Amino acid sequence: MTSYAPWDADAARTIIAEKQAMPGALLPILHALQEEFGYIDRAAEPLIAEILNLTRAEVHGVVTFYHDFRHTPPGRHVLKLCRAEACQAMGADALSLYAEQKTGVALGNTTADGGISLEPVYCLGLCAVAPSAMFDGRVIGRLDTNKLDALVAEPDR
Amino acid sequence: MKLRVFVPGDAGAVALGADEVARALQAAAVRRNAQIEIVRTGSRGLYWLEPMVEIATEAGRVAYGPVALVDAETVLDAALGGNRGHSLYLGTPEDIPFLSTQTRLTFARCGIVDPRSLDDYRTHDGYKGLAHALQMAPAAVVEEVTQSGLRGRGGAGFPTGIKWKTVADTVADCKYIVCNADEGDSGTFADRMIIEGDPFVLIEGMTIAGIAVGAPYGYIYVRSEYPHAIAVLNDAIRAARRGGMLGRSIAGSPLAFDLEVRVGAGAYVCGEETSLLDSLEGKRGVVRAKPPLPAHKGLFGKPTVINNVLSLASVPIILEKGGVFYRDFGMGRSRGTMPIQLAGNIKYPGLYETAFGVTLGELVEKIGGGTATGRPVRAVQVGGPLGAYFPRSMFDLPFDYEAFTKADGLIGHGGIVVFDDSVDMAKQARFAMEFCAIESCGKCTPCRVGSMRGVEVIDRIIRDDNRAANTALLEDLCHTMKFGSLCALGGFTPYPVMSALTHFPEDFGAPTRLAAAE
Repeated sequence: MTSYAPWDADAARTIIAEKQAMPGALLPILHALQEEFGYIDRAAEPLIAEILNLTRAEVHGVVTFYHDFRHTPPGRHVLKLCRAEACQAMGADALSLYAEQKTGVALGNTTADGGISLEPVYCLGLCAVAPSAMFDGRVIGRLDTNKLDALVAEPDR
Repeated sequence: MKLRVFVPGDAGAVALGADEVARALQAAAVRRNAQIEIVRTGSRGLYWLEPMVEIATEAGRVAYGPVALVDAETVLDAALGGNRGHSLYLGTPEDIPFLSTQTRLTFARCGIVDPRSLDDYRTHDGYKGLAHALQMAPAAVVEEVTQSGLRGRGGAGFPTGIKWKTVADTVADCKYIVCNADEGDSGTFADRMIIEGDPFVLIEGMTIAGIAVGAPYGYIYVRSEYPHAIAVLNDAIRAARRGGMLGRSIAGSPLAFDLEVRVGAGAYVCGEETSLLDSLEGKRGVVRAKPPLPAHKGLFGKPTVINNVLSLASVPIILEKGGVFYRDFGMGRSRGTMPIQLAGNIKYPGLYETAFGVTLGELVEKIGGGTATGRPVRAVQVGGPLGAYFPRSMFDLPFDYEAFTKADGLIGHGGIVVFDDSVDMAKQARFAMEFCAIESCGKCTPCRVGSMRGVEVIDRIIRDDNRAANTALLEDLCHTMKFGSLCALGGFTPYPVMSALTHFPEDFGAPTRLAAAE
């Protein structure tokens, strides 16, 4: 389980200012904000725009372009299931369906109790141990329904 | 004397429990009062044997695998007792046919050295290429790479030496070396493996590139899906700086070179070089029109060498042993070795580095052992989500850039994904379009809109709605995407779609050849 700080504009400003001098600072800033708060709060966009001297539209465009950046806080756990070809060849489609049934939410969503977010991912580079998944940053190879059951039923949920 | 035990820290091995095995071995040693030193290495690339644990002996290393958590105690006992009589004992790893038949040039150290140890890298012939490069004129370094015949290992296959020469010949106040480590193709993991197993070879390759073209700074753009690789690389860069191999004076010379890691954010299209550059600049990863070439106007508008991980990681051995040594491997215009990745439904998945020219059939059936499920192989996709699907009848195809182009496919980044006879090729074709729709950067209409329409047209073909007319429409759409898109995402999505349609028409509702003959 990963815990994040609640959104705080002053803390965000400090994070942005720390990295503003980097060439091409926007992605490193967004990663740092997401690491701190778990998502990119809408209120962060004008702050970044002001400090980097960009328009809000430019910042918003970048935040929404990349799949990694979340616009709402994630669940207490995040389960990423690989949906790409090598994992498909080893039954990933059926496993995704199984995970959706088990949690009651479709891929790309978080359970109502905020316990778990299910996310599709297109390749974790674990194609030789397919099907693969990542649970709160932990990599899992040769995923099957037993392993999925254990993940979905993590004790602190 | 401490017993040295090697356990891979490679993400693929960790995904199968290597971290837990390492901890269990340490705990078992403590209980036995035995002195052991656990070294976390990369992977040898024999993933069906992971976690593969190796033990140092006077006669070299011996291996055990696959070692499960419950085997840790008995493996340690066997290792302490002279390595006899354990069911998981594999003997000398280099004698395992999967390894002994390879030609490991780029991956020579992967799985052997401690990826975080500069000393270990040096002991295993590291930085010899750079030592040679520092004694040569920059133009001679570029010439050596040109001589080697090395072509871009990311997929496009453009001659690396020519790219370097273009940057070297461009006058500018600043130049950059950019490493493309945005390995997004399904079925590929060679970049991840080399970064996690031997990151110094990449750092050395980039340093040589910097010296050759006169660029003092480099960026490595690693995808966010590779947290293990990012951690190892950052540690290695710090070690190289401490050891005087990065910074103001490279290996005591007056030349400066330094680099940093930048992390992607889950956009597949950023593996395309120009959108990667935009992403590095802090923008949306939108493809740029060429010209201007990145070699003239690349990162921040400066001349930029942008190469794939494997291209740069092949440079040190070329400089160490000479371009001619490297060129002597391979066939036709495909020179040197290619780290081929066997993945998906395959009995022996892993990394197989070999000279160009090996056939697809040898790779899949002989080396890879056929499918993991034991069912017949039906299709293989070569070169990632933009690569063609091939049936068994084309297994005599040699692994070579030109041969694959002629067969309406591509070798791409060298990934091979195997499917058994349960695969539905219409579904795979639909997925190719769906993936393109998800990942399109939106710049070119044929890619952005065409991929959406492609999904719909394939759906109509599958449910037999005006099948003949819609099949013709799909072919026409693929033609438009191929010639109307700036980059390979829109341009190559037709490969998996058309190859599925051409080689497996029965999955799209066409009468099978057998039924048609009746």
